[in-house]
Amino acid sequence: MITLLEARNIGKRFGGLQALSDVSLTIRKGEVYGLIGPNGAGKTTFFNVLTGAYTPDGGEFVFNGAVLPSGKPHLVVAQGVARTFQNIRLFRELTALENVMAGHHIRTSAGVWGILTQNKHTVEEERLTTERAYELLRYVGIERFATATAKNLSYGDQRRLEIARALATEPQLLALDEPAAGMNATETVHLKALIEQIRGDGITVLLIEHDVKLVMGLCDRVAVLDFGRKIAEDVPAEVQKNEAVIGAYLGGGQKHAH
Amino acid sequence: MNELALAIPWLGKRNPLAARWLVIAIAIAAPLVAMAFGRTWVRVLDFALLYILLALGLNLVVGFAGLLDLGYIAFYAVGAYTAAFLASPHFDVHLPIWIVLPLAACFAATAGITLGFPVLRLRGDYLAIVTLGFGEIVRIFMNNLNYPINITNGPQGINALDPVVLFGWDLSRNIQVTEELSINSLFLYYYFFLLCVVGSIIFIQRLQISRVGRAWAAMRDDELAAKAIGINTRNMKLLAFALGATFGGVSGVLFGTFQGFVSPESFSLMESIAVLTMVVFGGMGNIAGAIVGAIILSALPEILRHLAVPVQQALFGHVLLDPEVLRMLLLSLAMILMMLLRPSGLIPASAKYSHIRYLKAKGVTE
Amino acid sequence: MEIFLQQIVNGLVVGSVYALVALGYTMVYGILGLINFAHGDLVMVGALTALQTMMFLMGVAPGMSPIAMLSLSLLVAIPVCMLLAFTMERLAYRPLRNAPRLAPLITAIGVSFLLQTLAMIIWGRNYHTFPQLISTTPIQPIEGVFITPIQITIIVVSALMMAGLVLLVTKTKLGRAMRATAENHRVAALMGVDTNMIIALTFVIGAALAAVAGVMFASNYGIAHYGMGFMPGLKAFTAAVLGGIGNLGGAMLGGIVLGLVESFGAGYIEHLTFGFLNSSYQDIFAFMILGLVLIFKPTGLLGERVSDRA
Repeated sequence: MITLLEARNIGKRFGGLQALSDVSLTIRKGEVYGLIGPNGAGKTTFFNVLTGAYTPDGGEFVFNGAVLPSGKPHLVVAQGVARTFQNIRLFRELTALENVMAGHHIRTSAGVWGILTQNKHTVEEERLTTERAYELLRYVGIERFATATAKNLSYGDQRRLEIARALATEPQLLALDEPAAGMNATETVHLKALIEQIRGDGITVLLIEHDVKLVMGLCDRVAVLDFGRKIAEDVPAEVQKNEAVIGAYLGGGQKHAH
Repeated sequence: MNELALAIPWLGKRNPLAARWLVIAIAIAAPLVAMAFGRTWVRVLDFALLYILLALGLNLVVGFAGLLDLGYIAFYAVGAYTAAFLASPHFDVHLPIWIVLPLAACFAATAGITLGFPVLRLRGDYLAIVTLGFGEIVRIFMNNLNYPINITNGPQGINALDPVVLFGWDLSRNIQVTEELSINSLFLYYYFFLLCVVGSIIFIQRLQISRVGRAWAAMRDDELAAKAIGINTRNMKLLAFALGATFGGVSGVLFGTFQGFVSPESFSLMESIAVLTMVVFGGMGNIAGAIVGAIILSALPEILRHLAVPVQQALFGHVLLDPEVLRMLLLSLAMILMMLLRPSGLIPASAKYSHIRYLKAKGVTE
Repeated sequence: MEIFLQQIVNGLVVGSVYALVALGYTMVYGILGLINFAHGDLVMVGALTALQTMMFLMGVAPGMSPIAMLSLSLLVAIPVCMLLAFTMERLAYRPLRNAPRLAPLITAIGVSFLLQTLAMIIWGRNYHTFPQLISTTPIQPIEGVFITPIQITIIVVSALMMAGLVLLVTKTKLGRAMRATAENHRVAALMGVDTNMIIALTFVIGAALAAVAGVMFASNYGIAHYGMGFMPGLKAFTAAVLGGIGNLGGAMLGGIVLGLVESFGAGYIEHLTFGFLNSSYQDIFAFMILGLVLIFKPTGLLGERVSDRA
């Protein structure tokens, strides 16, 4: 198995709160890797540090053998890491198609001069971006809403759109932050199928999720965070038996639950 | 253009092609009609076109990129003063417009980037105040840089700017066709400005439907998400500032050369606010909105100016509200009422950031 | 040395007026996250209303003592400004409380210009002489350092009003409700706080301070006109940011510091720039400070956090 992402001793502190301490984990190419833990365990912080939204206090991420730049989200995306948000963040006034097209930004290069003169490169690139975006909408199953404004889509479709937008950045690692949150049972089943399809197309998935059933059914391996520390990392069946994990969920973790 | 045609009530939606021709016909015939009421009105139209240019540029910054810039008029000033320095007897330099225009554009863009760099991380409301401060600083310098070395000639301003000369053709001279018939210089400027406006519209439309336009819109709607999909928001903001400033600078050159003199008075905060009101009134993030807003809010005060004084004199025997007060009243009320009653403006943005025509084969329609 | 002390005196006088106005900005920002652009213009409305009252009193009771006249005119100016602020909040800002972030700000700019225009209609474009009812004959507490009775009054009154405000906010039930609302509207409302009333009151209290500031400002310089509030308003906002917006102590500190910087800056700019810039550039200090603070220490001197409300 080839390693895609290696987190080395990641630490992050907010004032007096140690959100992440010394977290190391390894994600292999082609797998679905789950990151679980009680509320406030540091999962989203881990996402934010990985994708460059925060700068870590210590440690580094090695992606495809190269150290990821820290604190520079656009460079991380360029390296091939894409993410979605726990509370969906779409470009509300743009259409679904345009949301996905915006996601293709980093893989295109037209500049002001090209746009002004509408040279061949720009026109061709624009056509490809449009077609690709449409294909991605079809891929996640919402192509019929291509020209609908993002804010008017249903909750489940907004989730799908956000995933399509992330895929438009042509990632090797897709990081999904609680994609099933707020979804009903049917929508969750469809989401599971979509994630499996994405994995099937060779994209590695990092998944933060509360829905234990979804995680256990989907992930190849799972890491558990508690109070900013990694307390377990194994295949789902083993993690479920892990004493420390059971303790975290039943003991300290529960009082943080909302 | 299409947007503008579509915005025409009734006709726009039923017969877009006719609406389009109507817009073109109005644009071409406007000064001829205006002339029937007197030369002043052609002048008003000339200024309306300048305001359209300004509003288009500010709309780029405020409407597309979502950056509230209250010091926009400073770039207009940079352009106007560039023209005054490089094409007037003030320093006795007389460069042709073809050199002045790009230079002014460069200076304004540089000023835009210089302002942009430090303020990039600020949130909307702070950005507004800092840009306002920038505008004021520029004005204070224009007002005072006549001492110890006379650079700007202070509050008196600079006179006798060279007129626009295109290929040896002086726009400030009337063309004598026959003994009786002459084409007034105001017409020449009108069509020259119109050409500039049309060029700008095409450019901005192309920008809007491009990766740059989408990146701006993305940043405006959700900056964090824009970063998360790989948009370099710093560069995109700088680009918006620089391009917006370029429009300001170019309009400034046109203003200076058309008017023949520049003084700090023309670049007060009130002018920044006036242009912002035009954008807000017409509809932020919308080319047609900026144009309609600029036309209405630059022409209406002039119409009031001509109506209000005689009407007030007839009614009250003296003038209660002078035209300048009326203009301020109009602008401030337009801004407040628009935000309260119709925040998306006169022509709400139905802005497009993509060409659906590339998907025609797939059966996708708009 | 005398010059140095003199600059401190001048700075303190201007600074305490800034501080008084800055409190209004900071309270509204603290509670709504809105820069109330029109707050500076309340300074102008206060001054011109007081002027109008004085003119009236001079007509009907020419023998009235200056102190009584000043007090009466304040008694008119303060409620007028409070009422104006109340109306402003009710009509222009409240409907936009949940609108996109640029909308209330643009409205506030519109309100500011509307107030100036209305003032221009009522009081005209000209500068008015403002009666200096408190003596402006300088005294010399120290040889070579001059201070006028009106300047002393400004410093004392500002200090008293600020102390009063701090007591109001920290010691009273109303103050607690204000702090709770600033912390979180929804939670405060759940706890039984009438947040709409508290927000309106915040505007009104700020307006009262602005009215007093306006009268003092005009008394000090002896002039008043429709545009007199804008620049001090912007500077007071700068003071609020400098001190840490949303923080009462910060607004006061920021006001004083800004006053001192301006006073020293205007005094020494010519030396510092080898005569290239002179005191007509005084106004750029505030903007430069604003820019520098926002870039290097956006939380200000005493502020804790600038939350990303947008």
